[in-house]
Amino acid sequence: MGRTIFDKIWDGHAIGGPSDDADLLLIDRILLHERTGGVALKSLSARDIPVSAPDHVFAVMDHIVDTFPGRTSKTLMPTGTEFIETTRAGAQAAGIRLFDLDSPDQGIVHVMSPELGIVLPGTTLICPDSHTCSQGALGALAWGIGSTEAEHALATSTLKVQRPRRMRITISGRLGPGVTAKDLALALLGRFGVGGGAGHIVEYAGSAVEALDIEQRLTLCNMATEFAAFSAIIAPDTATIDYLKGRRFVPAGGDWNRAVEDWLALSSDPDAEFDTELSFDASGVAPMVTWGTTPQQVVAIDGAVPAADDAGQTGAESRERALRYMGLEPGTPLESLAIDAAFIGSCTNSRIGDLRRAAEILDGRKVAPGVKAICVPGSSTVKRRAEEEGLHRIFQRAGFEWRESGCSMCFFAGGESFGPQDRVVSSTNRNFESRQGPGTRTHLASPETVAASALAGHIADPRKLAA
Amino acid sequence: MEPFTTLTAVAVPLMRDNIDTDAIIPSREIRSVSKKGLADGLFAGWRYLAIGGRDPDPGFILNDAALKNARILVAGENFGCGSSREHAVWALAEYGFRAIVTPSFNPIFRNNCLANGVLPVILDRAVVEPIARGLGAAPGSFLTVDLEEQELRDEVGGRWRFDIDTEEKQALLSGLDPIARTLQQSSAIASFRDRDAQARPWAYSSIGRS
Ligand code: SF4
Repeated sequence: MGRTIFDKIWDGHAIGGPSDDADLLLIDRILLHERTGGVALKSLSARDIPVSAPDHVFAVMDHIVDTFPGRTSKTLMPTGTEFIETTRAGAQAAGIRLFDLDSPDQGIVHVMSPELGIVLPGTTLICPDSHTCSQGALGALAWGIGSTEAEHALATSTLKVQRPRRMRITISGRLGPGVTAKDLALALLGRFGVGGGAGHIVEYAGSAVEALDIEQRLTLCNMATEFAAFSAIIAPDTATIDYLKGRRFVPAGGDWNRAVEDWLALSSDPDAEFDTELSFDASGVAPMVTWGTTPQQVVAIDGAVPAADDAGQTGAESRERALRYMGLEPGTPLESLAIDAAFIGSCTNSRIGDLRRAAEILDGRKVAPGVKAICVPGSSTVKRRAEEEGLHRIFQRAGFEWRESGCSMCFFAGGESFGPQDRVVSSTNRNFESRQGPGTRTHLASPETVAASALAGHIADPRKLAA
Repeated sequence: MEPFTTLTAVAVPLMRDNIDTDAIIPSREIRSVSKKGLADGLFAGWRYLAIGGRDPDPGFILNDAALKNARILVAGENFGCGSSREHAVWALAEYGFRAIVTPSFNPIFRNNCLANGVLPVILDRAVVEPIARGLGAAPGSFLTVDLEEQELRDEVGGRWRFDIDTEEKQALLSGLDPIARTLQQSSAIASFRDRDAQARPWAYSSIGRS
């Protein structure tokens, strides 16, 4: 019987060979950030346990750092400095590469690691952060863990993991103009529910996936954790190779040639068996907007707050709570909802392509009066690149704030936030209660939809504005 | 880690689905680089009347006096979804919870439970719902979780078997430190790596081998 791409990577990393129980897997790359990584480093050093392969570990400041111009290690979050300093000291003591506040490569961990070529096809990669699944877009087996597991990985270069089941989602057709991987990810959540991928590693395949560029694949895989999946993966192809070529931490010379050969051979065999197979047609997907407090509570932009959940999984109580929290009535058209704020950022949607597409919509236009609009590039590299292209001027002239890179207002850690009951249209990945600030009401959407809505002052379909 | 054998304790029913880690421990409650000091922030958004405040919301179940010494939580589907923050488990454990019963867990959260000696018990929704209803009808009732026998029992004769991976079960029963256990295999790991570096030089060369 054939094997899936997941099986090939897993079996190749199982120390002592794969078994029926949990396997001990070799971990090729470990990423850390100051929010969950510092505590792992601190706890290891308190126990005098050394980091086994510091060269394979990369740390970055992204979560707690402020994103205002001229930021320092002091943060709006009252105790944020402690997280930054603990991580800095821990990384230094362990000899771990750190992309600190002043590094030109600093950025959201899931944005900067593909940019630098830290993530490679066929490798295992972990980070104490749930959106690590993003990196599966490059054909890596990458998944999120907790801090204690990170300690184990740091100390031993291994993790004991139970093999997930295999799922393939074959996405046929092609996304229409103005419709993006974000809309696709939301549409999948709407169809299959936030528990849809539970217990599975999801391989995304099919014509619509192959047509996505690497940034869009990162966006699609990013939301696999919202799908309750162990992770997601997309087989590497020539687009993957082209993307990685020449990046800082990719192999060079003969090793590169050998790597490319290995990578292009890495895919699921034609007769590979999956525990679950789903299919989905991308052609009919519209820009999607969430109305509730889980990402599966989502409808097409020209739709209304539904009378009942499509995925039928959240239950009546959760649904009632969501309506109350969001201040909504069933039947309300999404496009009629006035917004207080618009946010473009996060590991889902803050790469250069995202900013370019949003800028195209904003070019020569103005944000509606009273709407607070913020753009936070996903990495310092993205920011520099955008500035070279003049995108920052377009954002600023439209009325957007233009920030330093970081997680920023994707989540509220005690520093900066949107106000209670503020309605925010956001290119992020989580619309949980109080995720972006106490009482804040989040509507998830693509960067294009956020841009169009910022201009209109209410949730708006970007296709109507496209240049 | 404290070994887990058998636990008989007050159980709390919290049958919402998709309870996320932001709800279990809001970011704003994580104030220091520590695994401690989190119990007060557990379910803070639901437990207290005002954001950041400490006045208990009488409508939230954990504030029921009969449930004060609860150590078992019975919850809805997809428990622990969202952010991977282990603080969610640290907060639950510090508050006193040692076992969580649900139809399904988020995978990262489940692993975090195991890493902290909190037992994840998965049972069908058709089993969990009546148990929760029973607990709701008689606040302060006990459940027993018997890991050796892999059995959950209530006070009125109900018994339900649950599954758990053999290795995970042994780890919980022994309470042994996972790092120390793996380090015993250091030489096997090192030779695996050496062979791997021959087979996949590209995975090592670009970052410099340590
Ligand atoms: S941008 Fe948001 S979702 Fe992504 S890593 Fe940062 S906090 Fe997490």
